[in-house]
Amino acid sequence: MASATYSKTANTSPYYSVQLRRFGTTAIITLLAFTVAFAFLLPFGNMALMAVKTPEQITASATGLIWPMEATTYNYDGKDYTVYEVPTEDGVVHEWALINKGRQTSEFVDPANPDAGLIEWTGNWRGLNEVSTLRPHFENFGIAWDMLDFPLLFRNTVTIAVVGMVGTIISSIAVAYAFARFPIPGKNFLFIILIGTIILPSQVTLIPTYALFSKIGWTGTWLPLIVPHFFANAYNVFLLRQFFLTLPRELDEAAMIDGANPLQVLIRIIIPQSWAAIVAVGLFHFVFAWNDYFNPLIYLLGKPDLQVISVGVQIFNYQYGPRPQLVQATSLMALVLPLIIFFFAQRTFMRGVVITGVEK
Amino acid sequence: MATIDQTGAAAARDELISAAPRRKSTLEQQQRRWGWIFLSPWIFGFVVFTAAPIVASLIFTFTDFNLANAEITFVGLKNWEKLFSDPLTLTSLGVTLRFAVLAVPVGILLPLGLATMLNSKYLFGKRLWRTLFYMPYIVPVVSTVFIWQSFLNGQNGWLNRILTMIGFNPPNWLQDERWILPALILVGVWGVGNAMLTILATMQGVPTELYEAASVDGANAWVKWRNITLPMISPVIFYNLVLSVIGLMRYFDVPYILTRGTGQPGTSAYFFNMHLYKTAFTYADMGYGSALAWLIFIVSMALTIILFASARRWVYYASGD
Repeated sequence: MASATYSKTANTSPYYSVQLRRFGTTAIITLLAFTVAFAFLLPFGNMALMAVKTPEQITASATGLIWPMEATTYNYDGKDYTVYEVPTEDGVVHEWALINKGRQTSEFVDPANPDAGLIEWTGNWRGLNEVSTLRPHFENFGIAWDMLDFPLLFRNTVTIAVVGMVGTIISSIAVAYAFARFPIPGKNFLFIILIGTIILPSQVTLIPTYALFSKIGWTGTWLPLIVPHFFANAYNVFLLRQFFLTLPRELDEAAMIDGANPLQVLIRIIIPQSWAAIVAVGLFHFVFAWNDYFNPLIYLLGKPDLQVISVGVQIFNYQYGPRPQLVQATSLMALVLPLIIFFFAQRTFMRGVVITGVEK
Repeated sequence: MATIDQTGAAAARDELISAAPRRKSTLEQQQRRWGWIFLSPWIFGFVVFTAAPIVASLIFTFTDFNLANAEITFVGLKNWEKLFSDPLTLTSLGVTLRFAVLAVPVGILLPLGLATMLNSKYLFGKRLWRTLFYMPYIVPVVSTVFIWQSFLNGQNGWLNRILTMIGFNPPNWLQDERWILPALILVGVWGVGNAMLTILATMQGVPTELYEAASVDGANAWVKWRNITLPMISPVIFYNLVLSVIGLMRYFDVPYILTRGTGQPGTSAYFFNMHLYKTAFTYADMGYGSALAWLIFIVSMALTIILFASARRWVYYASGD
């Protein structure tokens, strides 16, 4: 009898238990991912809330609630009065504005029904809690925007990033094309040198490069931030070369037979097939240039009119450190554009990372 | 038309230069010439911005070179000797190496763990998590530093409030000599995106037959991860290891911005490159600055060579590669 019941459950239970276990594993791993992501992104929360607080709210939230709270007031007869939570004998807690403060009795007015006039309440008002509401101060961004001269920094950074981007795209395409398609003697050796520049510690070229730019009068201009990008870069060449190698040669050859020279082949055949990789290179450069701190730091020293967003925000924040809400507001303003670009182009972006990182 | 003319010209020259079969060699020569033309931007850039500066900086190490008055005087080995007598050089090199010892394991294990999690077939919403973990990598370093400075603040930063709430007695991260380097590690956690993505992509490329075969043999998830996944992704781990070590030898932006160039508290966050920057750009001592640059160059290269030498023991390259 018992064995019959058991055998019946035994037939079905493995199926359910597998399902259940799978569901359980999914739940645990997803919860883990959620927890890690939450911890990972917590500093953003700290920043976002700090950015919309007043100094008073920052002081208050150091111990109390993290939200930007503010005492509620009620305007009565042209004056603002603080609203308190007032318990009455019938057990109801009212939100009344305190008009006349007294030791034993105080007079309140009910904001919901001001026509009823003053209400006398017995008890010490100091024991009452203030009513507070959420009051984020988005005007901090406006203040930071003006103080930082954000439009100027934005214009400067975008100009440098876009011109450099054009340069790096053109030069990297040309060099990648050379490596992908032409029988250059010693090509493999040159390619290894190119890749080797990735692991070259950049300090060793820093001082002579600076001396060179200084000698030809380029320090204090945008040129050191732009011109070097017109001579290709290892990551971009690698990415584009990998992409070009996957393109069929038949199309090149057909075009050659039609009398196209290699430059025409590049423009008419290779580039139109490679937009995904080219866009990735462009995005990488834009984000690099937008985020670059060191080069503007040394080359744009003492040129506030030419300054870029990264150094601009840093200088501003050193100056206004005692106003943390502005520090956080400017930090947020500086990261918005690269993040928007990333979210819209994340597939192209991440595929580019994978190609340069995995296939080496 | 132009092409034909060039072919003719090249052919004519070819006859003078070599006795090789004419047509083949002209075509190939022409191809080569185009190749060099397309390659020329990089060749030029490499010579001007990499090769020549390396040589120049080596020469500078034997000079007193002040950019302000553009005077170069040779001083022999003075700058190299100064490397050993300048206490800040050894201190800052020590800070950099100590930090690297802490940061390299985190910089490999954390992305490895995240990639393993993202590669799990049980995880729900993979693309969302991948995007979220990668995203902080895009944040400009300046924003990163100020965001974390506030987050790690001893008075009202969220981290310490949370730690206090759950019963810890957290340190004042940024003011405490013992905690500044761990704090910088925390900041660096935002930079794991690239390593995570490349490791994840490699994991996804491991042939499923290997796992199936192991399952048939009764291997559990850990055994499969340890004996199949890990060896198969060892090349990308190696790649990230090299990049991570090189990156740490270049580490500058975060501690410089965070400590306003001081490296405080004490000299606990005075990294080598801050010393280099100060020497070369604040004190305009380009000669000694170059010696510092060469010192870190030698250290970086030595570490890279050690890594490459060790790779033979633990990096597995699937046959055919």
